[in-house]
Amino acid sequence: MAKTITLKIQRQDAADRPETRRWETFSVEWQPQMNIISTLMEIQKNPVTTAGKRVPPVVWESVCLEEVCGACTMVINGRVRQACTALVDQLAPHGETITLQPMTKFPLVRDLMVDRARMFADLKKVKAWVQVDGTYEIGPGPRQSQDNQDVAYPLSRCMTCGCCLEACPQVNDWSAFIGPSAINQVRLFNMHPSGAMHAAERLETIMGAGGIADCGKAQNCVEVCPKEIPLVDSIAEMGRATTKHMLFSWILK
Amino acid sequence: MAAKSVSLSTSGKVRRVAVIGGGLAGLMTTIKLCEAGVPVDLFSLVPVKRSHSVCAQGGINASVNTKGEGDSPQVHLEETVYGGDFLANQPPVKGMADAAPGIVFMLDRMGVPFNRTPEGLLDFRRFGGTLFHRTAFAGATTGQQLLYALDEQVRRYETVDYEDDKGRSMRGERMVRKFEFWDFLALVLDGEGITRGLVAQDVKSMEIRSFPADAVCVATGGPGIVFGRSTNSVINTGTAASAVYQQGACYANGECIQVHPTAIPGADKLRLISESARGEGGRIWVPKDPKEQRRGRDVPEKDRDYFLEEKYPGYGNLVPRDIASRELFLKCFHGHAGIFNTRTGKNENEVYLDVTHIPKDMLRKKLAGILEIYEKFMCEDPYENPMRIFPAVHYSMGGLWVDFERAADGGLVMGSPRNHSTNIEGLYAAGEVDYQYHGANRLGANSLLSCIYAGMVTGPAMATYRANLARSSWDVTGGIFEKAERREREKHEAILKMQGEENPYKIHEELGAAMLLDVTIERHNDKIDKVLAKIDELDARTRNVGVTDTAARANQGAAFVRHLRNMIVLARVIAQGARNRDESRGAHFKPAFKERDDANWLRTTMAMHKAGGGNAGNDGVDYVRALDYSLAGKRIHVTDAVDVSLVAPRARKYETAGAASAAATGVIKKGDSIKPDKPGAAST
Repeated sequence: MAKTITLKIQRQDAADRPETRRWETFSVEWQPQMNIISTLMEIQKNPVTTAGKRVPPVVWESVCLEEVCGACTMVINGRVRQACTALVDQLAPHGETITLQPMTKFPLVRDLMVDRARMFADLKKVKAWVQVDGTYEIGPGPRQSQDNQDVAYPLSRCMTCGCCLEACPQVNDWSAFIGPSAINQVRLFNMHPSGAMHAAERLETIMGAGGIADCGKAQNCVEVCPKEIPLVDSIAEMGRATTKHMLFSWILK
Repeated sequence: MAAKSVSLSTSGKVRRVAVIGGGLAGLMTTIKLCEAGVPVDLFSLVPVKRSHSVCAQGGINASVNTKGEGDSPQVHLEETVYGGDFLANQPPVKGMADAAPGIVFMLDRMGVPFNRTPEGLLDFRRFGGTLFHRTAFAGATTGQQLLYALDEQVRRYETVDYEDDKGRSMRGERMVRKFEFWDFLALVLDGEGITRGLVAQDVKSMEIRSFPADAVCVATGGPGIVFGRSTNSVINTGTAASAVYQQGACYANGECIQVHPTAIPGADKLRLISESARGEGGRIWVPKDPKEQRRGRDVPEKDRDYFLEEKYPGYGNLVPRDIASRELFLKCFHGHAGIFNTRTGKNENEVYLDVTHIPKDMLRKKLAGILEIYEKFMCEDPYENPMRIFPAVHYSMGGLWVDFERAADGGLVMGSPRNHSTNIEGLYAAGEVDYQYHGANRLGANSLLSCIYAGMVTGPAMATYRANLARSSWDVTGGIFEKAERREREKHEAILKMQGEENPYKIHEELGAAMLLDVTIERHNDKIDKVLAKIDELDARTRNVGVTDTAARANQGAAFVRHLRNMIVLARVIAQGARNRDESRGAHFKPAFKERDDANWLRTTMAMHKAGGGNAGNDGVDYVRALDYSLAGKRIHVTDAVDVSLVAPRARKYETAGAASAAATGVIKKGDSIKPDKPGAAST
């Protein structure tokens, strides 16, 4: 008999229809190098539960399938991560049932798909860009050391996937905490030679309510970040920078 | 005569344009439009930050020449057209090569964390088809970093208000409005066939809506998913390109599909391992003994067959992709010398890509991104073990036909509304979805460049077009928007009612399998005929699918049926184009027609959709040699002749170092002879 994979998937038709929340179990045939995405693709080809019921295929979000786009983030066996790098052989070496759930810190769209629009809005809020004069040919950028690149590049690999927000106890329905990823972006742009010219503006965006002071230092963010971005360092560094900025602007008043 | 106001329609509405797709090309087009004062509605199937450009790894080419090699945009031009086997129109390529250093500097100013030299300058590495260090890079996730930089600039424009032509700021009317999670359905064309806007569908709420636009640019990437599994993202179905093709846009050189030599297999996707691995010194080999039992790392140097270095001493592992892929295919499929699998007792279709001899610190600084992918998916450490790889469908050189206007210096006339214009008036195309820059084979690290350059050209072209448009789309009457919207809604509802036997995902699997097997590295006419018959069969079967989902929210099943139909249309264009072109050129290789045939085939394949004109009630394809289209009141006549006015075509032979450009002798050791067949006509 061919080896099979069992998936238990939490489903819901829409955010405003909590009565449709249900668990459905599917079984798919094992293939070499199988990841969670390919199990969901198999379900599309034959969307029948183990109870024999024909159902609509599971809805999920995915794009690149190689962990650079951040789209396919979901909660797999209780842990938030990308479905593409979640390999079946590692999750269920002995045929254990794998559970899939949507992230909980974002509005649900359907099944495993959520709406992470707030993360992109937050990038606007913290002015996560270098304010260039234009795209005209006005010569090379500022010289930078390779040491600088060594620090900046890992920070710049944030995919806006939402793992850090999902794992953060301070991000919840009662708080306005902006979360680790946006704070990390402030650090990234403030360390760029031209970005630093607008460092104060960026710092001010994370100094008010919902800003950096709301971090509870649980350090879950750095644990779940798939790109191993030093988020705790970024928060600490921005904590110091905001304090300094506050003191100086107070002294200079 | 142009409309009264450039910024407002007669009815007082802000005259916006639309860009479909938020990858590098779409974003760059958007930025250039904003700089020209033109407000943009940006539509994307996914949040733009997740566009497929993130998958590009190795880098972006620019002949900045910081390593004393004598590189120049002229050499870049020559090597690009030679690499493309002379099928690309040369003026756009010249424009691109000339603009490349400025583009890389611009990206640097935007904050892309490029790798640096000890002096703090941009570092450059080697890539395929050249002997020079021409490729700027940010680790091995350059595409991601470039996309983020442009995404950030566009996000800034989301916070900026529009100013009309008198300099009055219009509060709340943003320069860029994003419509993310919207799927393009169709153009809205008026009675004269002029683009007046588009119809799109919100993939969450499933709402179908029309949007007026004074011009539309599709920047929706390639059609890799037509081949089932490829290195492409799941969104790259080519659905938008197919939709506008079915509305009359010409599709060019569809048969030119690039197969990348180094990818890793997966049940859902074939993941790319960048050419930069070889640019940094990685080597391709197979064991000399086809029944070699030892693990790759344990096979000593003397027992390894470095077959690319052997056959191509000049370019070695960095021969262009079409050649490398063919050699790998030859080794594995015909030579049965792929890596021996001790468990199955078979020679797998795999060869080694080895970076284990490179210092680990350097690998971490320059290639960590791709080595991490290998490690995560193959569960094997590539720092210690040679990687096992095989070719995979990667890129489409072909795409929507677009025009250009040649300048006196051989480049492009910037701001000409002809640049990147399709043959549908008011419709532009930019990025992988266009066919313009790569001929029959693309050189590595030229795609990020061509996407950004295309955007830099398309933005100003659309701005000029809008300024000269006689009547704004906001002033068009006669209910064309309502009609288009209704038509698309009816199509969607018809899909929801389909209750046939067929599963659309299974049909797609069959389509991909057929295309992958016989329309990629080696093409035989008898086999392509069978693929064409298969496409007809699948086309008929799509009329008998049962939609898998009837829900009113986030219905991916219904959307897939539409994407599948559009993929089948493009598959026919690709396969029939390959069937017709009886020669071998770049990535298009027919063993029965081994030579390039300039007398008959130095020309662009131009495909036009023929609704219902195919077999058994299916759609067909018309291949034309010329077409006329109108633009701002003028008729423009174009033919399938390729503009080869800058570098005269000559035989393409990578066996000799420096063959791609007479001026590019690169890193050749003293005493090596350099004998290009014939120097390029325009080389100086």
